[in-house]
Amino acid sequence: MGFEKFGMKSFTSDAKVAPFIDHLEQGRIMTTKCRECGKVFFPPKADCPRCLTSNVEWVEINGNGTLLTYTVVNYGPSGFENDTPYILGIAEFEEGVKILGRVSKEINPRDINVGMKIKLVPVKLANGQVIYEMKI
Amino acid sequence: MKGVAIVGAGQSIFSRSCGMSVRELSFEAYQEAMAGLNISRKDIDASIICSAPEYDKQRTAAALISEYLELTPAPTFYVESVCSSSSAGLRVAWSLIKSGLHQIVTVIGFQKMSELTSPEAAERMSRGDDIMFGSPLGTSMPAGYAMYARAHMAKYGTTEPDLAAIRVKNSGYGAMNTKATYRKALSLEEILGSDVVCSPLKRYDCCANADGASCIIVASAEKAKKITDKPVWVAGIGMATSELNLSARESLTNLSCVREAARQAYQMAGSGPEDIDVAEVHDCFTIAELMAYEDLGFARPGEGAKLLRDRQTYLGGKIPVNVDGGLLSKGHPIGATGGSQIRTIVKQLRGEAGETQVENARFGLIHNIGGVGTYANITILTR
Repeated sequence: MGFEKFGMKSFTSDAKVAPFIDHLEQGRIMTTKCRECGKVFFPPKADCPRCLTSNVEWVEINGNGTLLTYTVVNYGPSGFENDTPYILGIAEFEEGVKILGRVSKEINPRDINVGMKIKLVPVKLANGQVIYEMKI
Repeated sequence: MKGVAIVGAGQSIFSRSCGMSVRELSFEAYQEAMAGLNISRKDIDASIICSAPEYDKQRTAAALISEYLELTPAPTFYVESVCSSSSAGLRVAWSLIKSGLHQIVTVIGFQKMSELTSPEAAERMSRGDDIMFGSPLGTSMPAGYAMYARAHMAKYGTTEPDLAAIRVKNSGYGAMNTKATYRKALSLEEILGSDVVCSPLKRYDCCANADGASCIIVASAEKAKKITDKPVWVAGIGMATSELNLSARESLTNLSCVREAARQAYQMAGSGPEDIDVAEVHDCFTIAELMAYEDLGFARPGEGAKLLRDRQTYLGGKIPVNVDGGLLSKGHPIGATGGSQIRTIVKQLRGEAGETQVENARFGLIHNIGGVGTYANITILTR
């Protein structure tokens, strides 16, 4: 259980990194870090393939990032038809990881620029699903 | 050194709806590839069938195609790397022949996208991203490439007309390709005025799904000389992979897997970008062709748009690219696309490309990508 709660439409459920979803529900964006080599992963991994260990810990992403790119999606895949137009973006965060997420619909696409500072925040949707969004 | 040759190459007509079965479509490509060769079906030691099986209605089509072409009891099996499946198939054929296990191998690529409804196809495509961290947010192929386009524009000043100019070039050549789905030359205004799919990419920046098949016959040097007067030699092959999650990649302005695969292929061929006379690049989206110019070394990073503005990728330029119209004109039957690109270069190197012939072409390159820059296959051929 876990990932069925993530996104506008989920595709899978069980994963060892399901605490990612629990944290998100509690308002925190967390990822994993290898306790042995210190590598911070995103997406979170339950295992470190470099150290061949599952000795990882959860660390918080503070959400302060820089937008690297974005797109306004007018035609979405199946299950997203009623959600368009929406904005996807990739930002780089202070922790050294990049995250792909939604850019808040509250932002006018004309006000979006590559290089702008964003804040990634957890969002609970009306249907109970959780995601994260980039806000200004 | 010249160990493995392509002795035959063919493709079906690519179309939005072919009106025939996958086996019949495959025959069309096989028939063209085998035409004029001094072999029969009994000389084929193995067949490699390339498709993205999630788009196939028929499960395990390899055996069925083998049955229809009467290639049994020779071994047959699938090779898949989505849109670059048939180039990966050539890689496996090359290895089988180099190892001495087989002498003559056929690589058949196909996809019949019309078997699926648009929502069915879109549903499968949406699962092409990481289903835990990407797909649930509504990612897609055009959205992925659109984010590369936006990052490239921000870093280098590339413009929407720069991207549209790629479609202008390719649609012009596509109009001359009797096997292409789209055979109409488009103007810059038509392209820029088309619907925005995922900004900054518009309808005409994107290739379309299609039905089609391709076939490549690969042989050892010893056999090749007996089969045909015009063998085309595999000078170099390279293959590399990038992370599936775009967020896990280092760069969003070029494709690292292409750079690595190209490095391998150039090294094996003992050549460099300056030696290539004609190239087929995977223009699933206009931005993909632009990045290919830079990742293959035809232009320096950020100077791809200038290369096209100077008309260097047109016929008569320094490095003509996609003079068969590319995926943008031909359409994109996923598993068949790499084989179609290889066929175009084989025809160029044999001097059989008609009005789009690059004069005296000696080295040709094929750039075939799977996913949003996830799998890269680079192949260099020579005569």
